[in-house]
Amino acid sequence: MHEAAEVSPLSAIAEVVKRRIFAVQDYALLCFRAMANIATPPRYLAETLDQMDVIGVGSLPIVMLTGFFIGAVMVLQTASQFERFGQTALTGDVVAIALVRELGPSISALLVAGRNSSGIASELGSMVVTEQVDAMRAMGTDPIRKLVTPRVVATILMLPLLTAVADFVGLVGGFLVSNLELRLNPVQYWTRAIDALEFGDLIQGLTKPLIFGFILSTVGCYQGLKVRGGTQGVGRATTQAVVVASVLILVVNFFLTRFLLWIFR
Amino acid sequence: MSPNAASEPVIAFEGVRISFDEGEALRGINLRVAPQETKILVGETGSGKTLLLKLAAGLLRPDAGRVVVLGQEISAMREKDLLDFRRQIGFVFQEGALFDSLSVEENVAYRLREEGADEAEIEERVREALRFVELEHAIDKLPGELSGGMRRRVSIARALISAPPIVLYDSPTAGLDPVTAQTIITLILRLRDTHGVTALLATHRLQDAFAMAHYRFDPESGRVAPVAPNGASAGPMTSFAVLCDGAVYFEGDHRAIAECQDSYVQKFLV
Repeated sequence: MHEAAEVSPLSAIAEVVKRRIFAVQDYALLCFRAMANIATPPRYLAETLDQMDVIGVGSLPIVMLTGFFIGAVMVLQTASQFERFGQTALTGDVVAIALVRELGPSISALLVAGRNSSGIASELGSMVVTEQVDAMRAMGTDPIRKLVTPRVVATILMLPLLTAVADFVGLVGGFLVSNLELRLNPVQYWTRAIDALEFGDLIQGLTKPLIFGFILSTVGCYQGLKVRGGTQGVGRATTQAVVVASVLILVVNFFLTRFLLWIFR
Repeated sequence: MSPNAASEPVIAFEGVRISFDEGEALRGINLRVAPQETKILVGETGSGKTLLLKLAAGLLRPDAGRVVVLGQEISAMREKDLLDFRRQIGFVFQEGALFDSLSVEENVAYRLREEGADEAEIEERVREALRFVELEHAIDKLPGELSGGMRRRVSIARALISAPPIVLYDSPTAGLDPVTAQTIITLILRLRDTHGVTALLATHRLQDAFAMAHYRFDPESGRVAPVAPNGASAGPMTSFAVLCDGAVYFEGDHRAIAECQDSYVQKFLV
């Protein structure tokens, strides 16, 4: 028999903290199992390729479009400052460094998080509420191995490629604007853009998407698999997946940048 | 007491308790299902029928007590071992739980493909299972193109594809019109009487439960026929467990439940 007891503010806070700790523990466990599954059979190669198509090829148009305009607008913004000092030739340097080190990885990750973390969360969430995940377990299949690992692997592999495409298209966007608006010499733009980049910049630009890909896919899977409460729960999980993945990407980006700058100083 | 309760049970719940945020959902359940017996779980929504089925399949773990299936304590097994163990259990979910992006053929063949069976063998067994539920013509359809009754039938075909000794049915006739519900019950009778499976069946419809007790499938004539006048014994082992608020409220055979004067049990008889 339950007696109505008054809940003290302290115990309410303790309950919330306890729930958060359990959530972090569950998320960490999911991440560990998703990665550990790579080492042992069965491996779902067809599902992984399918997800690479959905996540990678499917995200290509928005990543290219966004990358192009980010590069273009950067030239507009920086050129107006450089014109004051008569240094418009430096435009290529700035676009290349900013895109490859920072904007390419971050913007691509945020776009893919918006598109795929939500997609993964709603797909897995719908499978949970219609008991398809239970059906899978009842038929002897590990849902983490079948559903989570292929999505995580596919995202980790595809995000660096998408970032590389975004970087290149952004440089093209920057070039077009600098050439048409500022009448900057194409050879000068491309030479400076390429010369400005060092090995450390490329490593930094391609390491970040690996980590971001892991974050956005595992957050999407975690939010999807913990759905409770029917279609309303699916909606909540979809929103949560995008919010949590985006915030985590931006926070982790700060610490990762600090770490990578320390390494490549 | 069920007719064969003295023999080693295929499924046994011993003092099973489970709680969620909302409170205790199962309060010390003790139930046994004998070999080839069909135990029918009756109760209101939220009384714990589906939970018992999920516990029997190892999809949930009890907070206290033991769940023993085919002589193994599944409540103490690791998830990895449970995945292999569950291949001996067929589960028919309430809404079918078919994979909606896979065709009927892929749904029914799912378990065989996971086991790495030969494609020729898979095709033969899938067609056989779909023939059993009279849905061979729907082999290439997607679940979204099927009616509710057809989805349940595909779900039954998917459950029986690996010829499991145990089948768990979660409200297989819920939400279906009487004619379709009758078709599903006939299929369950056929599965019981031709394959000799042990079953746990959750339902709110006691008429389905009585049909299980009073009728049997005759493989020779291919028809469903009464067991004996007035449903007398010598028929298939069918027993009833009425659940109320997470506890077993009544347990007995079809005659005991029919004669029971308790108002809660009577609610299901009317």
